[in-house]
Amino acid sequence: MTQLPETTDKKLGLVIDLDTCVGCHACVTACKGWNTENYGEPLSDIDAYGSNPVGTFLNRVHAYEVEPLDGGCSQTVHFPKSCLHCDDAPCVTVCPTGASYKRQEDGIVLVEEEACIGCGLCAWSCPYGARELDQASGVMKKCTLCVDRIYNENLLEEDRVPACVRTCPAGARHFGDLSDPTSNVSKLVVERGGFDLMPEQGTKPTNKYLPPRPKDQLSDADVLSPLLKPVAEEPKGFLGWLDKALEAL
Amino acid sequence: MAGADRMLDTSPKVSDEVRKTTCYMCACRCGINVHLKGGKVAYIEGNRDHPVNKGVLCAKGSSGIMQVNAPSRLRAPLKRTGPRGSGEFEEISWDEALELATSWLEPIRKTAPEKLAFFTGRDQSQSFTSFWAQNFGTPNYAAHGGFCSVNMATAGIYTMGGAFWEFGQPDWDRTKLFMIFGVAEDHDSNPIKMGLGKLKSRGGKVIGVNPIRSGYNAIADEWVGITPGTDGLFISALIHLLLRAGKIDLSYLANFTNAPCLINETKGSPEEGLLLRDNDGKTLVMDRQTGSLKPFDEPGVKPDLAASVEIDGVTHRTVFQHLAERFLSEEFSPEAVSEKCGVKPGRIRAIAAELARVAFEEAFELDQSWVDFRGQRHEKMIGRPVSFHAMRGISAHSNGFQTCRALHVLQILLGTVEVPGGFRFKPPYPKPVEAHPTPHCHSQPDCPLDGPHLGFVRSPADLALKDDGTPARIDKAFTWENPLSAHGLMHMVVSNAHAGDPYKIDTLFLYMANMAWNSSMNTRGVMDMLTDKDESGDYVIPRIIYSDAYSSEMVAYADLILPDATYLERHDCISLLDRPICEAEAAADAIRWPVIEPDRDVRGFQSVLIDLGSRLGLPGFVDDEGVPLYEDYADYMVNHQRRPGIGPLAGFRGDGTKSGRGEVNPDQLKKYIENGSFFVEHVPDEAAFYKPWNNAYQEWAVGLGFYDKPQPYLFQLYAEPLRRFQLAAEGHGERQPPDHLRKQIIECLDPLPVWYPGLEETLVDQDAYPVHALTQRPMAMYHSWGSQNAWLRQIHGHNPLYVPTKIWMENGFEDGDWAKVTSIHGEITVPVARMSGLNENTVWTWNAIGKRKGAWALDEDAPEATKGFLLNHLIHELLPPKGDGLRWANSDPVTGQAAWFDLRVRIEKVDPPQESQPAFSAQKSPVGTGPFEVRQKVRT
Repeated sequence: MTQLPETTDKKLGLVIDLDTCVGCHACVTACKGWNTENYGEPLSDIDAYGSNPVGTFLNRVHAYEVEPLDGGCSQTVHFPKSCLHCDDAPCVTVCPTGASYKRQEDGIVLVEEEACIGCGLCAWSCPYGARELDQASGVMKKCTLCVDRIYNENLLEEDRVPACVRTCPAGARHFGDLSDPTSNVSKLVVERGGFDLMPEQGTKPTNKYLPPRPKDQLSDADVLSPLLKPVAEEPKGFLGWLDKALEAL
Repeated sequence: MAGADRMLDTSPKVSDEVRKTTCYMCACRCGINVHLKGGKVAYIEGNRDHPVNKGVLCAKGSSGIMQVNAPSRLRAPLKRTGPRGSGEFEEISWDEALELATSWLEPIRKTAPEKLAFFTGRDQSQSFTSFWAQNFGTPNYAAHGGFCSVNMATAGIYTMGGAFWEFGQPDWDRTKLFMIFGVAEDHDSNPIKMGLGKLKSRGGKVIGVNPIRSGYNAIADEWVGITPGTDGLFISALIHLLLRAGKIDLSYLANFTNAPCLINETKGSPEEGLLLRDNDGKTLVMDRQTGSLKPFDEPGVKPDLAASVEIDGVTHRTVFQHLAERFLSEEFSPEAVSEKCGVKPGRIRAIAAELARVAFEEAFELDQSWVDFRGQRHEKMIGRPVSFHAMRGISAHSNGFQTCRALHVLQILLGTVEVPGGFRFKPPYPKPVEAHPTPHCHSQPDCPLDGPHLGFVRSPADLALKDDGTPARIDKAFTWENPLSAHGLMHMVVSNAHAGDPYKIDTLFLYMANMAWNSSMNTRGVMDMLTDKDESGDYVIPRIIYSDAYSSEMVAYADLILPDATYLERHDCISLLDRPICEAEAAADAIRWPVIEPDRDVRGFQSVLIDLGSRLGLPGFVDDEGVPLYEDYADYMVNHQRRPGIGPLAGFRGDGTKSGRGEVNPDQLKKYIENGSFFVEHVPDEAAFYKPWNNAYQEWAVGLGFYDKPQPYLFQLYAEPLRRFQLAAEGHGERQPPDHLRKQIIECLDPLPVWYPGLEETLVDQDAYPVHALTQRPMAMYHSWGSQNAWLRQIHGHNPLYVPTKIWMENGFEDGDWAKVTSIHGEITVPVARMSGLNENTVWTWNAIGKRKGAWALDEDAPEATKGFLLNHLIHELLPPKGDGLRWANSDPVTGQAAWFDLRVRIEKVDPPQESQPAFSAQKSPVGTGPFEVRQKVRT
C-alpha cells in the first residue's frame, strides 16, 4: 500500500470548460503524441489497422446528449476525461507495490512503471475510469499532467504546460495551481462555478469542470417587440419612412 | 514511499532539432513544429508564431506522425497488370512511369489537347496545376470546388468580392454575436475553434443554424435545427423582419452598395433589369444634394436609396426599392416560412430582434480615421458586432447559390461586412468580379489554352461554348446548365467522359481525388464507368493516371500511379496567387519543405508535373531551346514569375526585404525556413476595415501586387451579371440558351436572392421519400486522407446513421438495429443510432469513414469496411429522368455545385445483415496491410 501525502505544496491540475469544448479531440492526440514519445513505455495500439483497434490513451473525449426531463431540446456536452489527480486518490492507496503515488510537491499522481506489475487494482479503484493498462507493455498508464513538460528546462517557459492545454484550439483547457486562490484556474472556478466530478465518491479531485452556460435562452419575442416594430404597415408607408430616414442621415 | 524519493527526470531532452513547416493533415494549413530525433519525426506541435493557428493544433495535426508512418503509403510508381479495379499492379521505375505518361500525353497535345482531362482534388497548388494545364492546352482542368463549396465562394464573389473561410473571417476580437449556417465541424478548423473560444471568453453569443446539433452547434448558445435546404427561406424571413422594422444600416447601404443604383423597368426591353450607366460604363446614382444623376464614385455624392427617375420615358428605380418590395412581401413572414423551415415564428422573430439589438444597440466606434474612395474623410470607424459564417450545409444544395447570396445580403443590410466587430476580408480579398478573369476554353493542337480555365462570367458571351453551341469543357462548366461554375464540375467528369457527352476523352489525369469512392456521387456507377469497356474490348475511358500518397480506393482504378510524398517530405507553396492563409489584418503565405526525406521511391506531385512539363516541352516549363526552366517545384516556387516581380511567394523577395513585388531572390526559401516557413505583412491600421472603399487599403493592396491599380467597388445586392443570363433566356441577344433551359435560367438566375426548393425534392414523391439525409465530417477526420491513421481511426472508426427521436420511435428502433435506407436512386443497409439534437425529419452520418475492403492498408474485416458506409450510393450525379431524354445534373443550376444535401430517403428497420450493404469485393492492396501492434516511439 502506498500512502498519500498529508498535504501537498501545490495542487496542480486542469480546469476544463464544458461550455467551450467543441469535442474536437485535439487534446486526445496531442497527449498521445507527447506521452508515447516521452514518460515511460510508449502508448501502444493493438490491432492498429484491424477489426478492433485498442490503443492506450491518457485522455479521451466523450460526447453526451442531455435531454431535459420536462421535454425541450437536448443539449450535447463534450466531456474530456483524464486523471483528476485526486487528493484522496484511491488508486494510490490500493497499489500493492507502491508504484502508484501522489507527489508531495505538486499533487500529481504518477505511476513508477518499473514498480508496476500491471495488476489493474488501481484502474478498478478509480471511479472515473482514468487509468488504462497498456496491453503491450503490461504497465498502467495515466495522465502525468505532463510532468516532463511543466518543469522541462529544455522547453520555453510558455510551453511548460501539459500538451493538451498547449494544443486546445478553443482554449477550453486551463492549467494551474488550484491551491492558490489567486491563480488563473482558481479564479475561473470561482467565476464560473467550477465543480468536482462525482464529489460523492470522496476522492477530492483536483481537476475542475466549468459547467455549460444555459442554452436556448432567446425566448419567442412578442410581435410588438420594440426592436421589430414595423416602421410602416404598408409598402408605400415604407417608402415614406425611407425618405424621412434618409433626410435624417 | 513519498514522491520526492522517486527517480524522475522532469527535464528530458525533447528533440535533437525542431523544423518548422506547414501542416497538411487538412486544408487549414497551420504552422507546425516538427521535432526530430535521430532524423526521425518524434513529435508535432503547433507553431506559436504562425498567423493561422498561433500554436494550437487539432487532432489531425497532432497525429501527423502516424500519417508519415502509415502502412497505406504507396512505395513506388505502379503500372496496372490486372483488370481495372482489381488492384493488381507492378512496381516500376520513375523513368518508366514518366516515359509512359509522356507517351500517352504527347500525342494528345499534338492533336487534340482537350482529350486530356486533368482534375485535382484537395489540391493546394491550383495556381501551379492550372498553369500546367493551361500550357498543355486542354480546356479540361479544375479542382474539387464544384463538389465542395463553389456556391459559397461564387455567391460571395458576385455579391461582395469574397466569401467565408479563405476569403474572410469574423472580427474575433470584437464581435459579440456570431451566427453560423450549415457549418459542419470542418472549414475552417482551428481558426473557428480559436475564435469561438475568444468569443465565449468575452461572454459573446453563438447562434448555430444546422439540422444537426454537434460540434460547434453543440456549444452554440442558441441552436436552430432547421430543415435542410430551407436556410434561404429562413434568412429571407430575417431580412423581412429587419427591413420592416427599419433595422438596416441605410448610410452603409447608400454609400457602399449598389442599393442606390437604378434599374431599368421597361418591360420586354433588352435593357430591362440592367443598371443605369454613364458613357464610361459607370453605374449612376441619384445625388440627394443636387437631385442629379452622378457616377457612383464621384466625390461628394450622396446616393439616394429612394430615387425614381424617368429618362427618355424609361422609368428607373433603385435596387433598394426592388429589394424591399421582394422581401417585405408576406411570403417571407415568419408565419409563411415556419412550417417549411421547421422553425417556430416566434423563434425567427427572437433571432431577428437579437441581430437588430446587437448590430444597432451595441454599435461602437474605433478611434481611427480613414478616407473613402470618394475622398471623404471619416474620423471614426463604426463597429457593428454581428458576424456570420457559413459553409457546405447551405452551399451543397441546388438552391445553395441563392441561399449564400441571401446570407450575404443579410449581413450587408445590417452593415456588418468590413466593419469592426463584423465580417472582415482577408487579403488579397476583397476582389470584385471585375478583378477576376473570365473563363477560357479555346484549345488548339500543340498550343497553350487562350487563358486561365476558371473565372467569373459577366454575361452569356463568357460561356465556355464551342462555335456550334456545344460545351467546350468535359464537365460542361460555364454552360447554360450552370453558367457561373467558377470551380468547374469535377463530379461530372467521369460520368460525362463515360457517356462521351459532350465528347470523348483519351486520358483522365487525377490528383488527390478519391473519385472511385467518397468523392463521387453514385459511387457504384462511377466504378462501373471507370471499368466499362466498349464493343472492341477497350476501356471506354481509355487511360487513367492518378497521383496519391496513399492506397486509396481510386488507386485500383488507374492504369498508372504516380506516388506522391507526404506533406513532411516535399516542397509546397501556399500562395497568394492561390488559396492563401491570410488574416484580416495581414497578408500571409507559407511553404512546406522536406523536413524529412522520403524513405521510399515517391516524389512530390508538383515536382513530377514539372518533370512531365519539361518532357512534353510545354511553354512555361522549357525555354525556347527546349531546356527545362525548373529543376523541381522548389525551383519553380522561387524562380517563376507570373507577372514581372510577382511570383508564387510574396515574402523575402529581391534582396530579402521586399514584400509582394520584387525580383527573384535565390535565397527566398532559406528565408522562409528561418522565419518558420511563413511570411506575414500587416495591414496598416487605417486600412484595416472598409477595405473595398478604403483608399489606404487599396493603395496597400496595389503595393503588394494584388492588383495593379486601386479598384474600389460597390457591394452587389443586385447581381447584374445574373440578369444578363435571364435576358438571354427571355430571348434577347445573340447567344441563346436551348429552349428547355429557359425557364430554369429565368427562375434560378434571379439578380436578387430568391428561394426555390431543391431540385431533387421537386422531382421525387415526398411521401415516398419523406426524410432528408446528410453527411458531415468529424473534426478529427476533416478530409478523408487521414482516416486510416492508427490513432484517428480509434476516435471515429464507426459511422452509424444517426436517426432523430421521432423516426426512431416510429420505427421501433433499438440499440444495435440496422435500417434499410432508400432513395430514388438506390438503397443501403446500415447500422443506426439515436440522436436527439437533430431535425426531426433528418438523418445523417459521418462522411468518408466507410472504406472499401482492401483499401488504405486496413484489414478486410476492419469496421470501416464491414459496418462503415457511404451515403454516396444514394445520390446520383444526375437528377431522376424527367422523360425528356435529357441528362439533368444534380447540381445547382447557377454554379453546378454538387447538390449532395438535396437527398431525400425513406428508412425502415431490417434484420441485421452480415455487413453494411452494398458490400463490394476486396481490392488487392498494392501495399499489403498494416502491422498488428504499433508502439510509436523514436528509438535512436
